[in-house]
Amino acid sequence: MLKDKVALITGGGRGIGLSIALELARNGADIALFDVNADDLNTACERIGEHGVKAIGLNVDVTDFEAVSESVKKVADELGAPVILVNNAGITRDNLLLRMSEAEWSSVISVNLTGTFNVTKACLRGMTRNRWGRIVNIASVVGLMGNAGQANYAASKAGIIGFTKATAKEIAARNVTVNAIAPGYIRTAMTDKLSDEARQTLEGLIPLKRLGEPADVARCVSFLCSCAADYVTGQVLNVDGGMVM
Amino acid sequence: MSAREEILNKVKDIVAERLRVPRENLKEESAFVDDLGADSLDQAELVMELEDEFNFQIPEDEAQEIKTIKNAVDYIIEKMD
Repeated sequence: MLKDKVALITGGGRGIGLSIALELARNGADIALFDVNADDLNTACERIGEHGVKAIGLNVDVTDFEAVSESVKKVADELGAPVILVNNAGITRDNLLLRMSEAEWSSVISVNLTGTFNVTKACLRGMTRNRWGRIVNIASVVGLMGNAGQANYAASKAGIIGFTKATAKEIAARNVTVNAIAPGYIRTAMTDKLSDEARQTLEGLIPLKRLGEPADVARCVSFLCSCAADYVTGQVLNVDGGMVM
Repeated sequence: MSAREEILNKVKDIVAERLRVPRENLKEESAFVDDLGADSLDQAELVMELEDEFNFQIPEDEAQEIKTIKNAVDYIIEKMD
């Protein structure tokens, strides 16, 4: 149970992030969401509130170091310092490398990788002080196996895995664990863009023969934040129906 | 109590709490690493606590020079002047 613990989820307004927020709320955590979409935040907070926990949403861009730092302070003032952090905010700008613009490259690296750095840095102090913390970074199986058309996304997600392991080693002595989850193909707005044909091909590659649901990821995040995972740090947990083994 | 003593007391409070050392064992000459067993993470945390307590930023190269309680007190006095 996560009662009286404050969890911060980036990109928490919808998709996998919202599903994670709802799952942590169901386990009793108070929730702070960062998202760039203000409308999503309002409806998300209402749904989270139904679990009887406190929820606040902040309209913040994770690529803005100063804004992130200010927003984490705001969360600390209103709910308490976050001791659970889920770095979930992420974007794709797919293109073959031959055609990929510098803007497509740097926007994905900024949000996915630098955003993870910015928010982790802002939260770390509270966690080391507290002598207990949980950080879960949402990577991707694409960061492990690569994917044509996603050099930027794959690099950002592989970067998150390296960041996870280095941070895990640095901060373990303060009882803060840092793990990554590598989702495979999960049914969200990001994968809704796939054609039926592409989807069928994909399902053929997945031993469990279905796309994942956001809740499949959320339950694993909840596990890593629970006392069941007290002795787990620096790990990457694939949640992909067995696609990458 | 002089201003220096006040600062010394505050620094000792922080060091005792962070490094879990009995306060009475702390001397001005106590070195964080050699005498008090601090590691690099402890040192980073100490610097952060000093920044918070005394409300200023300590640049990385200056932080490296703060090795003893006395160093910390002198540094703080210099900064406050």
